[in-house]
Amino acid sequence: MGAHHDDLHDAAEPHGRALRLGIGGPVGSGKTALVAALCRSLGPSLRLGVVTNDIYTTEDADFLRRAGVVDPERILAVQTGCCPHTAIRDDIAANLDAVETLEERFGPLDLVIVESGGDNLTATFSRGLADRQIFVLDVSGGDKVPRKGGPGVTSADLLVVNKTDLAPMVGADLTVMSRDAAAVRDGKPVLFTSIREDRGAHSVAEWVTHMVDAWRREHGEPHHHAVQSAVQSAARQAPAS
Amino acid sequence: MTAVTARALIRTEAAGGGRTRLETLRSDPPLTLRQTGPRRVHLVSTGAGPLRGDHLELGVDVAPGTSLEVRSVGATLVLPGLADTPSVMVVRARVGAGATLHFSPEPTVLAAGCVHRLVVRLSLAEDATVFWREEIVFGRHGERPGRGRARFDATVAGRPLLRQDLLVGEEAVDGSPAVYGDARCVGSTLIAGPAWAPPAVPDVKRERRAALGDGWAALPLAGPGVQVCALGADAVQLRERLRRGEEAAATSPPTTPPATSAPDG
Amino acid sequence: MNGDAALLLLADSRLPAGGHAHSGGVEEAVRRGTVTGAGDLARFLRGRLATAGLVTAALAAAACELAAVDSGGSAGRELRAACDPGPPPADDAADGVPLWRRLDAEADARTASPAQRGAARTQGRLLLRTARRMWPSAALDALARAVPEGPHHPVALGAAAASAGCAPRQAALAAAYTSVTGPATAAVRLLGLDPVTVHRLLADLAPALEDTAHVACASLDDAVPADDEPDGCGAGHHQGRQPGRHPERQAAWQAARWHALPGHSAPALDLLAEGHLTNPMKLFVS
Ligand SMILES: Nc1nc2c(ncn2[C@@H]2O[C@H](COP(=O)(O)OP(=O)(O)OP(=O)(O)O)[C@@H](O)[C@H]2O)c(=O)[nH]1
Ligand SMILES: [Mg+2]
Repeated sequence: MGAHHDDLHDAAEPHGRALRLGIGGPVGSGKTALVAALCRSLGPSLRLGVVTNDIYTTEDADFLRRAGVVDPERILAVQTGCCPHTAIRDDIAANLDAVETLEERFGPLDLVIVESGGDNLTATFSRGLADRQIFVLDVSGGDKVPRKGGPGVTSADLLVVNKTDLAPMVGADLTVMSRDAAAVRDGKPVLFTSIREDRGAHSVAEWVTHMVDAWRREHGEPHHHAVQSAVQSAARQAPAS
Repeated sequence: MTAVTARALIRTEAAGGGRTRLETLRSDPPLTLRQTGPRRVHLVSTGAGPLRGDHLELGVDVAPGTSLEVRSVGATLVLPGLADTPSVMVVRARVGAGATLHFSPEPTVLAAGCVHRLVVRLSLAEDATVFWREEIVFGRHGERPGRGRARFDATVAGRPLLRQDLLVGEEAVDGSPAVYGDARCVGSTLIAGPAWAPPAVPDVKRERRAALGDGWAALPLAGPGVQVCALGADAVQLRERLRRGEEAAATSPPTTPPATSAPDG
Repeated sequence: MNGDAALLLLADSRLPAGGHAHSGGVEEAVRRGTVTGAGDLARFLRGRLATAGLVTAALAAAACELAAVDSGGSAGRELRAACDPGPPPADDAADGVPLWRRLDAEADARTASPAQRGAARTQGRLLLRTARRMWPSAALDALARAVPEGPHHPVALGAAAASAGCAPRQAALAAAYTSVTGPATAAVRLLGLDPVTVHRLLADLAPALEDTAHVACASLDDAVPADDEPDGCGAGHHQGRQPGRHPERQAAWQAARWHALPGHSAPALDLLAEGHLTNPMKLFVS
């Protein structure tokens, strides 16, 4: 007896489901701000879900809910037990579960965004969890960060350098950052943003839209693969002894 | 002293007009029963005990549509005895369709050196209602507790509702912050019936929320019931905490929280 | 193959099944100040093992045994068909779905705290997802269909163990082990304890772990169904349990044996689990 088509507990079959976008980066670089911006820009055209991975608390999830950029029910917070990078890389089970719960409750969805807890430069998403990933740096860490590399900077599908409005204040040279990033990223794109000034992060939103379109062309229109758990639960009654 | 075996029985029947009549009230010392109200019975302990080796059984049969209240006059003090077998107290209760049972005896005190087993088998019809309180005190004032094990099995129409063992006086659980902490008494109250049934379409990813206070919690079960559990420094504090939990369980039927949290229940 | 290597995989904290995010009550105990150092932690772990650990070990053993019977499913079905010329039983019944639900309900009845049920189901769901990819089997498929919202963790663990080639005793040992290792690791992270000190505590628990697995299996083997079916059931009491040909009879027989499994409760763990949910600054799921 093989796997049953009516469940979601198998591998992340790409066919007919939402694109899963991971957003990682150091603490405070603007990941949550970017999620909010993407929800603002893409919410009208795409069916969205959001998973947050706060280290402490559900602060990011609460912020997004308060921001009113997406239906609060479509935001789920995952606790990571002190290890944010474990939850997106080594043991992605809880995040996958959250993603699938959203797809099951609200599907079909076009895009599910997973924000990782702020971590160091080595943290990247497992390909089993995220189909595409964005790494968010900010200029206040200094213009040397891209040069230092690390898997996040070098391998993310998109590198976002945020808080450009602060560059003059912290003396960060954006051309240096741009040149260094290009050198280690092998042609993969880099975008500079100030989400404070562009509350929709439009350049990033445009990139994400391309990714969603390409995903859909390759894997088909997302459809609802609910486990019918509500129906099954209703039918479910422990038999009497 | 020789070990005693006793079997007492309480049985109700419907007396017409929605009234309850005590059909059987059979005492068997030291289990002595007294009717103290139209549908109320008190358990009056006669003689000391139970002691090691004693085997006491109480049957409670609440006929469909009737109601019964069982209490006790004083605490049960379980003492060490000579026999090397434990003392055993078994309560078997059946609550019929539409019937109600309120069972709240005074605490069982496990005196130093005792070895006691308490077994409760509670079988409820689909729409029966029950209030069942159990309190265990770890030894008399200032003494180490004897050893005790209480097993509680409650089923609704044959489906398991609650199955629990409480171990007292064992090295592994004594003083463990995971089990009783520094409490000297433990108690629980099962309140069950159709009014406490979980939502018709259960979504277990969103469990019902417990009510919580200092040293007590009212825990909505997976089936139609709530268990109040409490720990206390002494019997008075334990009772007070149980009362709070019972009130919380009785006044606010468990609700389902909105789905804004993670799918972790 | 005796399942030893599979047991190591199953009990490894690196098994990607979400276990790392659960503290088993330790985070709340630390917040409340009832676990402050290695001494408290030792008592916490011992008490947890003697209660929740024993219960999960017994449930895991029962699930492992059920999955082993279940995966003999096709042979069993043929046998049933040969003996029983009537129409084949409904698919669900043949695949043991009602039995999985019943066993899961037994786990529910031993878990009064909704927070703990939630945590157990979350972990069970995640483990089942992982196990179905690591050790695909008919039993795991049946379990997933039986409890789509996620079975209790020990039930998933027992089924996974059987699918990986483990025996009920090994399943029980894995359950007992994970009932203390998760909380121990959480304490290391939360209190900054010396990891070797904490592993010493775990080493001290080794005999108790083996005892727990032994008692868990004994509770399953000794359990005599209250309403024993006269034909076939009694004979199948030990290995090769085939209690009659009828799925309903087998179900009744199995379920009756599960009644007596241990249900050791730990009121403090219940209070901690519920208190944890009210912590706005929590790091762990439970
Ligand atoms: N000046 C400036 N501040 C920004 C910008 N984007 C975000 N911020 C601020 O930076 C702070 C951190 O932003 P978040 O979006 O919470 O950062 P994060 O990466 O999600 O942080 P963690 O989740 O804690 O790791 C907030 O106070 C934001 O308002 C920006 O473009 N310019
Ligand atoms: Mg954030």
